[in-house]
Amino acid sequence: YQRRVREAVVSTQSTGKLLTHNMMKSHCKGVVNGFPLKLTSTQMDVKEIEFNPDFVNRMLSRLEWPALVQIANQLGVGEGLPEMLPEEQQFEDEDILKKIHHVLLEVDVIEGELECPETGRKFPISKGIPDMRLNEEE
Amino acid sequence: AVVSTQSTGTSEPDVASSVSVGSVMLGAGSVTCIEIDSDAIADLQQNIEEFEMENIEVIQADVTRFSVRPEFKFDTVITNPPFGTKNNEGIDMKFLDVALSSLTPSGTVYSFHKTSTRDFIVRRMDSKGLSVEVLAEMKFKIPQMYKQHKKKEVLVDVDFIRIAAGSTVKGS
Repeated sequence: YQRRVREAVVSTQSTGKLLTHNMMKSHCKGVVNGFPLKLTSTQMDVKEIEFNPDFVNRMLSRLEWPALVQIANQLGVGEGLPEMLPEEQQFEDEDILKKIHHVLLEVDVIEGELECPETGRKFPISKGIPDMRLNEEE
Repeated sequence: AVVSTQSTGTSEPDVASSVSVGSVMLGAGSVTCIEIDSDAIADLQQNIEEFEMENIEVIQADVTRFSVRPEFKFDTVITNPPFGTKNNEGIDMKFLDVALSSLTPSGTVYSFHKTSTRDFIVRRMDSKGLSVEVLAEMKFKIPQMYKQHKKKEVLVDVDFIRIAAGSTVKGS
């Protein structure tokens, strides 16, 4: 493990990435689908994260692609994303992989809110961390 | 990786932090940490900053009341369940069930369980075609939390186990 030397002081707090948004669904009582959660972003950041093409390719088959494209476009970071995944769910082209990498890992929703698409229940995001705790009755 | 931890006392926030940070150090592409306790999360954020960790995502949630899309599976799940306190019997098994259901077919679960539950867990995993390996035997210090606990703190024998597809080798 190599400790990276940084030239500038960079905040490395936990982040709220779109990869995480793509995995979460609502656990509210009675919800049928619950995915995707609606997102309101009041503070967003973009940071450089080390690119690992193998990792990006491995994630592709686990993603719900249309939801990723939709949220990326909503946040204005979706430029260059393919509309659909190819059948093999892999890309050779590193430029495309870099764009997907950017959307999955380099966009950080620091402050905002998630919303259950069926109940409207809101979940705050603070310092990149969504609070998904439910009350007893929910 | 996914790290899911729930804190029951002062000893446990350290586990959430060190496991998440340790995972990144060992080459995990992305770590998702599901933690219910705000203090544990604060410790974790401090460690992330101190070690300049990237790609650790934190979600504040009760892992047994949290949903991930079923198609989104994890390669490694590390979990530190509460040890079945008086009103919470079976919570350790619930954690294990959540961990196993989040896993890719070739994935691995690492978990902490009271040694007293070892045989039960091995039998249960056996019936699912999964193997259990005890990687370490530890002692956890559990501070007094409830009036009915007579001692200030107790030492509990704990197994650190690995669960994966395959059958448990008898005698290991």
